[in-house]
Amino acid sequence: MPTFDEIKSILSHYTVGIAGAGGLGSNIAQALVRAGVGRLIIADFDVVSESNLNRQFYFADQLGRYKVEALKENLLRIRPEVTVEIHNLHLTSQNIPVIYPTVDVMVEAFDVAEMKRVLIELFASTFPSIPLVVGNGMAGWGNSNTMAVREMGNLYLCGDGVSEVSVNLPPIAPRVGICASQQANVVVSLLLSKYFGNENNP
Amino acid sequence: MKITLNNRAEELDLNQPTISIEELLALKSFTYKMLFVKHNGVVIKKEDYPVTNVAEGDNVEVIHLMTGG
Repeated sequence: MPTFDEIKSILSHYTVGIAGAGGLGSNIAQALVRAGVGRLIIADFDVVSESNLNRQFYFADQLGRYKVEALKENLLRIRPEVTVEIHNLHLTSQNIPVIYPTVDVMVEAFDVAEMKRVLIELFASTFPSIPLVVGNGMAGWGNSNTMAVREMGNLYLCGDGVSEVSVNLPPIAPRVGICASQQANVVVSLLLSKYFGNENNP
Repeated sequence: MKITLNNRAEELDLNQPTISIEELLALKSFTYKMLFVKHNGVVIKKEDYPVTNVAEGDNVEVIHLMTGG
């Protein structure tokens, strides 16, 4: 089995795309930077608000700042040599193929279900060979064992597949973190499988 | 007509050799607002549901997508 230095050295050659920098995207980015991924491409249009701090990888002194800029700053504090390409915009089916064509693995980290579908359909038709890792169902608390990874060909669905966010079932750090970590774990596993086989399945 | 729907064997009582994805979703009461469909491993775009035909032996997966992230 490889050492962490070997793992980090392999991951440094790869680019991962992340669509969205909220509860999933910001935490996935943090995990991937710590694991050693060399380059991230992250897009989001939003600014950091107080309600984000219950789960997203931002700080109180970053309220009001654009998420992608605050996130890049935080990621560079973890590992200054990482390359973080940011796009401060609304992702659409028009600009997604322009922003993410060079990624080795793509991560869906949107909030809104409609955008999850747009990305799934777009990647299946435009970049069918790029694995897509989706977060689907992480609202509320407890039920840790319902969080799972479902493999559907080149598409990986993480989360419980049932819990929709609502006023009475808000997204909270622990369960959003489980989903984000499952997504990051699938990404690392896919990238390392080229070197160490599929012994550790995604 | 026998198909596999969400990994389960499903027998559809039809008077026609095929059924569109759109008809299948209505027949099996998939009422979720947001979902995506894989037909024989291929993701089908929503606008193609009416023109994509499911035949004997096909594999269809319907996944509910929910807001949160």
